[in-house]
Amino acid sequence: MSSNAKHLHSIDAGHYKNTAGCETEVMPIPDIVKISMSQNIGAPCKPLVKKGDEVKVGQLIGDTDAFVSVPVHSSVSGTVTGIETQRSAMGGNDTLVVIEADKKQELAEGIKAPEITDQPSFVKAVRDSGLVGLGGASFPTHIKFNPKNIDDVHTFIVNGAECEPFITSDHRTMLEDAQQVIDGAQMIMKYLGTEQGYIAIEENKPDAIANFDKMLAEQGISNIKTFKLQARYPKGAERVLIYEITGKHCDAGVLPADLGVIVSNVTSVAFFGQYLKDGVPLTKKRMTVDGDAVNTPKNIIAPIGTQIHDIMEFCGGYKSAPTKILMGGPMMGRAIFSDKMPIVKNNNALLAFSKSQAFIPEETACIHCGRCHVACPFDLLPTGFADAYEQRDAQRLSDLQVMQCMECGSCSFVCPARRPLSFMNKLGKGLVKEAGIK
Amino acid sequence: MENQYYDNLTVSSSPHLVTGLDTRKTMMMVLIALIPSFLVSIYVFGFRVIILTIVCVVASVFFEWGYNKLMKKPQTIGDLSACVTGTILAFNLPSSFPYWMAIIGCFVAIVVVKMLYGGLGRNIANPAIVGRIVLLLSFTTQMTTWPVTRLAATDATTGATPLGLLQAAKGGSVTLPSNMEMFLGFIGGSMGEVSALAILIGGAFLIWKKIISPIIPLTFIGTVFVFAFIYYSIVGGDYSAMHMAIFHICAGGVMLGAFFCATDYVTSPIMPLGKVIFGIGCGVVTMVIRLWCSFPEGVSFAILFMNVLCPLIDNFAIKKFYGGAKKNEK
Repeated sequence: MSSNAKHLHSIDAGHYKNTAGCETEVMPIPDIVKISMSQNIGAPCKPLVKKGDEVKVGQLIGDTDAFVSVPVHSSVSGTVTGIETQRSAMGGNDTLVVIEADKKQELAEGIKAPEITDQPSFVKAVRDSGLVGLGGASFPTHIKFNPKNIDDVHTFIVNGAECEPFITSDHRTMLEDAQQVIDGAQMIMKYLGTEQGYIAIEENKPDAIANFDKMLAEQGISNIKTFKLQARYPKGAERVLIYEITGKHCDAGVLPADLGVIVSNVTSVAFFGQYLKDGVPLTKKRMTVDGDAVNTPKNIIAPIGTQIHDIMEFCGGYKSAPTKILMGGPMMGRAIFSDKMPIVKNNNALLAFSKSQAFIPEETACIHCGRCHVACPFDLLPTGFADAYEQRDAQRLSDLQVMQCMECGSCSFVCPARRPLSFMNKLGKGLVKEAGIK
Repeated sequence: MENQYYDNLTVSSSPHLVTGLDTRKTMMMVLIALIPSFLVSIYVFGFRVIILTIVCVVASVFFEWGYNKLMKKPQTIGDLSACVTGTILAFNLPSSFPYWMAIIGCFVAIVVVKMLYGGLGRNIANPAIVGRIVLLLSFTTQMTTWPVTRLAATDATTGATPLGLLQAAKGGSVTLPSNMEMFLGFIGGSMGEVSALAILIGGAFLIWKKIISPIIPLTFIGTVFVFAFIYYSIVGGDYSAMHMAIFHICAGGVMLGAFFCATDYVTSPIMPLGKVIFGIGCGVVTMVIRLWCSFPEGVSFAILFMNVLCPLIDNFAIKKFYGGAKKNEK
């Protein structure tokens, strides 16, 4: 199927897919992992283990009764040496379970392929797997797969659009774990009751598209098709992707399911396909390690909780002192302050940049060029948001539809005056929320 | 490398990547787009074009530098906007214009219109346009004394512009240069505005590079064309309405104004609807001045007039755009 004639606005952020050809290397188990209890967008888990406990791979070590939350499992076998608190990349405090690995990687007892017979057992299996949205949002997948209006959902979209520059881990997943993607998608579609499935991939990954086309044809699967997207940013954003495929506008606050669509990241689907076979929860993650401060950029699979400096060491160490390390891509990823931080489920990249490459913004005056408006996928007016925010005018921010902003960063990217527009949008949204304007 | 940790890294909000096209490069593109007009102007009017342009650029940059120095503000001449203002102001002058007067124009443009309002991005009117208007009103004789072009077959030292001829005739019989001569630019006029072709090449370059949106130039020129066509269809004259419509878009400052002055980011609307209103407004005011006022040319007044209205137009367009989106949601 070809793309819609109409596209939402997008930008050319460059691709820098330096590691696209790097076959994934499995990293050796590190001496110590620090597993965060806050690995989903909802409530953090409470540790179920204490200092001195022996744990095994896949063992449940954190859970909670909160509705929007996902359990956490141990990624190694070994001994719990402590429960720590550490400031997180988000600014809050995370509880970390520190485990000294014995490197035997013994599986926990009772791990077996899940028995899925009906919708509730499907949703339970998804929750038990520890799956969150691996595209970066870390939204609990079992909630996404259990919409209130499940009968209205007719389309399932596997999001293989990796529009962030530098990152190639989804691309590698599609090449290396294509069968899991197909298996996972089929099972998900079965229990969502969707007739039509798409695997949406940008046109700069022709090998992944051809690979899926061939496999789907060989296996006689007719209700899943590949969908070719423009290789532009931010085509992988859920609301953009839905428009590109269905032609429907998904405003902020509208659930994709309300439009009859459910979108899931390709790595999430691939993991679920694997989980169906062996029942091993989400304990390791493929990610791209790149940036000019890294000696050997590559794609790796690392246990969740591995500290960043261990991963950097596996990638040949730092070439030069890093000034910025990003968790995720350069457009929406988070700059972190320490390489002692552990990776979490939704990490898909670690990028380390030296002083020369790290973009340190230096703001100049707005020249009213309007590029931010032209770049915005939702036709918003970031320069207007910035002015209204500087005057703390919540009503005007709301009138200008600031809440529609998804903080993709396109406006900041194109701004010739280097204004941190995306950041001000975020602050503006906070202001509107505080003011309680509906 | 062992045990060497980095826990004092730089943090900042995303995105961590930006386009290479900053304000300075944008201004550079505009300067590049002005090169064709510059070359034609040198060919038509001679060596003095180069010196007058350099005088205006140097004076503009100097005034901005001096203002910042005097006011102890961070230096901003690196953004090249003063170079663009200087060049466009020079292009709006006759090539015989005295240098010292041109420097006064630069002072008005940079210090009065731009820096006193807060510098780049804060001015409410296009500096070069106001500079030109002040010169026109202060030194009317020098501003309307047009040196003859190298192609003119006369021995005179001054000539008239096509619009001047039209104005002098005031409805009577008049012999105008052919539209092709006007399009190519071998006619009298300000330095940068003589060749429609050269301006179109520069304008096309800016549109291709996505520096400017085509909306304002198209609506501006389109309005002038349609207005002239309708007017001459009604009043008649020595030439056909079509001929006069083409004459009016090639004559005077319409092309230069439409592509290089009216599209100035700071003083034109952001929203597409605003750009349409702005462009049509420029076209209408230009033609009203040309046809019914005592000035032969009205482009700079039209642009200044619309500059002043710009915030209102943009507000209207923003309300229209986002107000509409809100209704759909409910």
